[in-house]
Amino acid sequence: MNILEIISSVEEHDADIMGRLDSRRWAMRSFANLGKKITFASLPFALSAMFQKAYGQTTTPAVLDVFNFALTLEYLEYRFYQKAVDASNLIPTGAPLTAITSIRNNELAHVNFLKTTITALGGTPVAEPVFDFTGGNGSGNGPFKAVFTSYETFLAVAQVFEDTGVRAYKGQAGNLVKQGDLLEAALNIHSVEARHASHIRQMRKFNNFGDVKPWITGKDPGVGAANALVQAVYDGEETTTQAGVAIVNIGGKTISANAASESFDEPLTKTQVLAIVDPFIV
Amino acid sequence: MKLLEKKETDVSDNFDFHQKKLHRRSFMRYTGAALATGSLFALSACKKDNNTGGVSFGSGDFAILNFAYALEQLEAAFYIKLIDNPYSGMSAAEKSLLTDVRDHEIAHREFFKAALGSNAIQDLEVNFTSIDFTKRDSVLNTAKAFEDLGVSAYNGAGRYISDVNYLAVAGKIVSVEARHAAYIRDLLSNGSFADSSVLNANGLDTSRKPSAVISIASAYLTTKLDASTLPA
Repeated sequence: MNILEIISSVEEHDADIMGRLDSRRWAMRSFANLGKKITFASLPFALSAMFQKAYGQTTTPAVLDVFNFALTLEYLEYRFYQKAVDASNLIPTGAPLTAITSIRNNELAHVNFLKTTITALGGTPVAEPVFDFTGGNGSGNGPFKAVFTSYETFLAVAQVFEDTGVRAYKGQAGNLVKQGDLLEAALNIHSVEARHASHIRQMRKFNNFGDVKPWITGKDPGVGAANALVQAVYDGEETTTQAGVAIVNIGGKTISANAASESFDEPLTKTQVLAIVDPFIV
Repeated sequence: MKLLEKKETDVSDNFDFHQKKLHRRSFMRYTGAALATGSLFALSACKKDNNTGGVSFGSGDFAILNFAYALEQLEAAFYIKLIDNPYSGMSAAEKSLLTDVRDHEIAHREFFKAALGSNAIQDLEVNFTSIDFTKRDSVLNTAKAFEDLGVSAYNGAGRYISDVNYLAVAGKIVSVEARHAAYIRDLLSNGSFADSSVLNANGLDTSRKPSAVISIASAYLTTKLDASTLPA
């Protein structure tokens, strides 16, 4: 079934479909743009986003901001893993390189998906920033100078990015409340970032690079002598009260403060996230 | 508090739960009342009755919260039994981290129970006869299924939550379930933390409709559930 057949079948139920699409102009422009950029995998979602807009569900600038903010973070992660995979003698071949390559592919898929979605919603995807993965704001001489020469430093930065990503998406959920497919897509990326975080943390533990678990304990970064930048990624995670309910020993069960903090991940605001990633963006 | 006030303005454009708006409005009033006591969720409205169709989840956001509570009951019961009856060959590291997982699931279960107060569904009776708790593969494959199911359940239910506070809590829990899922998957097969059995070509995780989740979960429950008030 092609796109025209789909629209035609919708027309049987809603004679005004073409008017809805056409009156908003973005639709035809989106078709044109999508034709060039779209990956086959993201086509169904792009159409869904377009119809959602056609039927007047609000796609506020705030929603587009969320997706462009997410796109910026996905660019950061994708480019980071791409450079790491391309670096010689950084990631051991075998399971480690396979895992990092797979994560890189996921991040690239997220980049493409978000670009398609933003376009389908009538927005303009932000351009990819220039990154300095040493955290040096363009100096190439930041606290993570060895990011692409030391496996240990690379995995530490990876953990920081993944845990930040989880918190960043979580912090945006409220802006997408009742946004149907758009909220669901963001949630579907959010849990993938958490899967990545879990695996990266296991890799660090396996290599004795940090005494970390797959989940976040208290506000412990588990990253050597953590600088302020790294600590900001974990501050607030130590919370043991959720929606006014104290989790430690809740219901008479033995739940330690560590377990209570681990069992709920915490959000970060966009401002907090941008401050964390600022040293990595030139 | 600000968020709850904001919710009042959202009432009129509620999602489709076949529920009366009047019902919802009175529910909101109770929310306001509960606020004064400092508890977000402790309400006494909308008490549901069990009928012959099984345990009802109630309506609106409560239905979704009870849905999550049911899943957390199932997961907690599973990990309690797993730790009480360690499979043969469980390493010290596995025991330590699986004990963490157990505690997380108990924390989630007890959180929902406390948050829902009198609106909470009853304790569910589980049926784990299909699981051989002495065998690592049987146990970990079940754990993997539960964790992936949990992730897909929260991912799929988020769109039906109208209160940003509830959505926030669901978001705080789902990423922990995803961390668990990745860990369990890696125990079974290192590197399978986010493989194509759970991710689609866009790199998106799986979502399941609440009714589909209940139908899967019911295989492990003796207590009958009535999913009729959940989004299909």
